[in-house]
Amino acid sequence: MTRSARSTLPGLLKNWQLVLPLAVFFTAFVFGPLALLGYVSLHTDVSLEQASLGQYTKFLTDGFNLGVLGATLWLGLKVTLLTLLIGYPLAYLYSVSPPRWQKLLILLIVLPLLTSAVVRTFAWLVILGRQGIVNESLVALGLLEMPAKLLFTPTAVVVALAQIELPLMVLPIITVLAGIDPNLRQASASLGAGSWRTFLQVILPLSAPGVLAGCLLVYASSVSAFVTQTLVGGGQQMFMPFYIYQQAIQANNYPFAAAIAMILLASVLAIVVMVNLLARRMRGVAHG
Amino acid sequence: MAEGAYESLKTVPPMRGESIRSRAERGSFGLVIGVLSAIAIVLLIAPTLIVLIVSFTSGQSLRFPPPGWSLRWYEALFNDSPDLWRAAKLSLQVAGMATAISTVLAVTAALAIARQPRLWARFLDSVFMSPLMLPTLALGLGLLVWFNVFGTGVSMTTLVIGHTAITTPYILRTTCASLSQLDGVLLESAKSLGAGPWFAFRTVTLPLILPGIAAGAFIAFMMSFDNVAISLFLSDARSEVLPIRLWNIIESNLDVRAAAVSGVLIAVTTVLVIVMERFVGVSRHVR
Repeated sequence: MTRSARSTLPGLLKNWQLVLPLAVFFTAFVFGPLALLGYVSLHTDVSLEQASLGQYTKFLTDGFNLGVLGATLWLGLKVTLLTLLIGYPLAYLYSVSPPRWQKLLILLIVLPLLTSAVVRTFAWLVILGRQGIVNESLVALGLLEMPAKLLFTPTAVVVALAQIELPLMVLPIITVLAGIDPNLRQASASLGAGSWRTFLQVILPLSAPGVLAGCLLVYASSVSAFVTQTLVGGGQQMFMPFYIYQQAIQANNYPFAAAIAMILLASVLAIVVMVNLLARRMRGVAHG
Repeated sequence: MAEGAYESLKTVPPMRGESIRSRAERGSFGLVIGVLSAIAIVLLIAPTLIVLIVSFTSGQSLRFPPPGWSLRWYEALFNDSPDLWRAAKLSLQVAGMATAISTVLAVTAALAIARQPRLWARFLDSVFMSPLMLPTLALGLGLLVWFNVFGTGVSMTTLVIGHTAITTPYILRTTCASLSQLDGVLLESAKSLGAGPWFAFRTVTLPLILPGIAAGAFIAFMMSFDNVAISLFLSDARSEVLPIRLWNIIESNLDVRAAAVSGVLIAVTTVLVIVMERFVGVSRHVR
């Protein structure tokens, strides 16, 4: 972009006047509330009279709490890796498909994204239930004598979440793959590199920004996927989002719920910042 | 762009005298990509399909395959489920209002920050996009405490405010993308032909970015309609939105009506996505 950018509404309103409404809204209803949440988390009582770090020491010194945090972050990691494993090939397939197939594929990818997450979670209850398709087929094939308990297991949560977050991984990768010069693939092939080598040394490094973007989106939304974690996990394993809800609404312990929320927020932000730094460094390598 | 990629694949012919090793390599690469993306495609389609099939069961349970076929659960849904209809109406109202407000807020902000390489614009852009990354449950709890501190309590208004906060980024993103593709020459010519700023905006800018705004508003509406985390904290006892009602049904007794509701939602979403894809190209805007 060498052209100097100018406001798209030249002369009518100044930039700051255009930004003002949204900036005020965000200050009042996003950052204000989050700051207040941080403030509440630094108190020991609901009436906010005694300031202390008590909620945080309580969280960070208790094995159960740390277990919940660990399980949540671990869940996010497993879901991210699983979506990458099947999402990348799908994005690759899209990038080499004829336009007619691309239209169909993109619908298949976008449609689930816009379908209610509660509905998609419900689908997994039907699939993995005692009389669900998996159990019925396994019993019919004689592989199982009795329907097994598939629902309410850690694996079920990972698989269901991976399916639900899959579009978030595929879409950014499709975007970067579409931007890769097709001549590079040809050049690599004519220099004698096989398919695997071309993929690993040319395509994969060039698509890294899309992979990182997809991983971030999937990670951030799977650690806070309240509905799926709760319904498919069935309370067998506690995750941070449900813990926040339970402490706030069921136990009325707002300061502790606030502290849990801040810890979840901080751990998501830490990952986002780390991945962004990594992305910047990789861009530096690619350009220099 | 992607068509080019395909062409290039076709134009790399299987070289004559290609060694067995490289042929095996190409085969194994194609096989791995093919198998993994087949799994991905099945995973994308199967769950919704299975719910649709189960919703036509004649039985009392969510058995798959269903023991027989009937429309009884759709009848139950349409004839004696006032709870679900009330919830659906509330969800439509909240999503409609939140989308309207966030469209106005996001489009005005986008006009200022799109096409602006300056630091403040980039900074505001990431600030306004942040709700996409934040755990929405934390924001919901924060808003609940916020409204309690200010003594307003929760109501329909607070619910709409919460939904507006999480839907704005979608519209901001699609509108900024449309604005950055806008040809600056068009605005210049409108200006040099004597169009005032407002006239130029109305007749040049707005028509060109309208598909982007519409796609963003559509996505925002669907996200609001589906939201649980914010609604959980910000709705009062009497007002229950559809996803929460549905969730309660699923959690309490796995009523087959849940499958019928899902069937209706899947059908409506599919039709809307296909229609929107045709008119504004939603898929181009979600990337």
